[in-house]
Amino acid sequence: MSESTSNSSKAKPSNEAFLWLLFSAGGVVAAVLIPIQLFLFGLAFPLGWLPQPRYEHLMALVQSPLARLYLFVLCSLPLFHWAHRFRFTLYDGLQVKHLNEVIFAFCYGGALLGTVLAAYLLWSI
Amino acid sequence: MTDQTVLDQAARPEFHPRWYRKRLSTWWWLGEWHYLTFILRELTSISVAWFVVLTLFQLRALLHGPEAYARFAARLESPIMIAVNAVAFCFVTFHTITWFNLAPRAMPVRMGGKRVPEFLVAAPNFVLWIAVSALVAWLLLRTP
Repeated sequence: MSESTSNSSKAKPSNEAFLWLLFSAGGVVAAVLIPIQLFLFGLAFPLGWLPQPRYEHLMALVQSPLARLYLFVLCSLPLFHWAHRFRFTLYDGLQVKHLNEVIFAFCYGGALLGTVLAAYLLWSI
Repeated sequence: MTDQTVLDQAARPEFHPRWYRKRLSTWWWLGEWHYLTFILRELTSISVAWFVVLTLFQLRALLHGPEAYARFAARLESPIMIAVNAVAFCFVTFHTITWFNLAPRAMPVRMGGKRVPEFLVAAPNFVLWIAVSALVAWLLLRTP
């Protein structure tokens, strides 16, 4: 994959392998789950193509342990996928080498923050 | 002069040549279709992140109760949100297709000494995608 061939990264190779694994796992989760989720909640329900699920039904779903695990994975892994890919988009697309460390912190910091938020929300629900 | 000093001098030239590197424009990827699809594929990550942010807001609304969730659902009906989500949906679907089509290249499958055609290796991914999508839709749409 093109991302791994870029030599502009400052991180150590050992970290890169782990981050690439997260990127890859997140890519699979995003590929399989996000289109249907986004189609239903972003288009089909708001446009009235399909009946909006009721609040109680959604709450009952979300409160089952399996659904919480599903939602946690659905939020966290795709964020790490985003972090990796977006990092290299900025590295290669903008060619701002002096900002690479800032970009790195922004991307993975964002992914970590989102993961913590997801965990907190799913824990509280 | 010994052989060693000759080598040393060869290794350290007096004037080090400066590498010639052509400066690339920031818009290099607009020139060719192949580059453009590459950049579009890279940009799908923004839609992925957008979806997660939306989902986090949705969970927060669920947590805050029925009124908060109704407000969240109403906000999704605004034309701007519909437009943004329509674009994001196209991008994530593009991600899905390019991601699944990468599988046979990352892991070529051979059978009886012959390479299995790429579309046959990618096909199970698409079958899985449709099955999982149907399951998610059924779980959300069935009336308990």
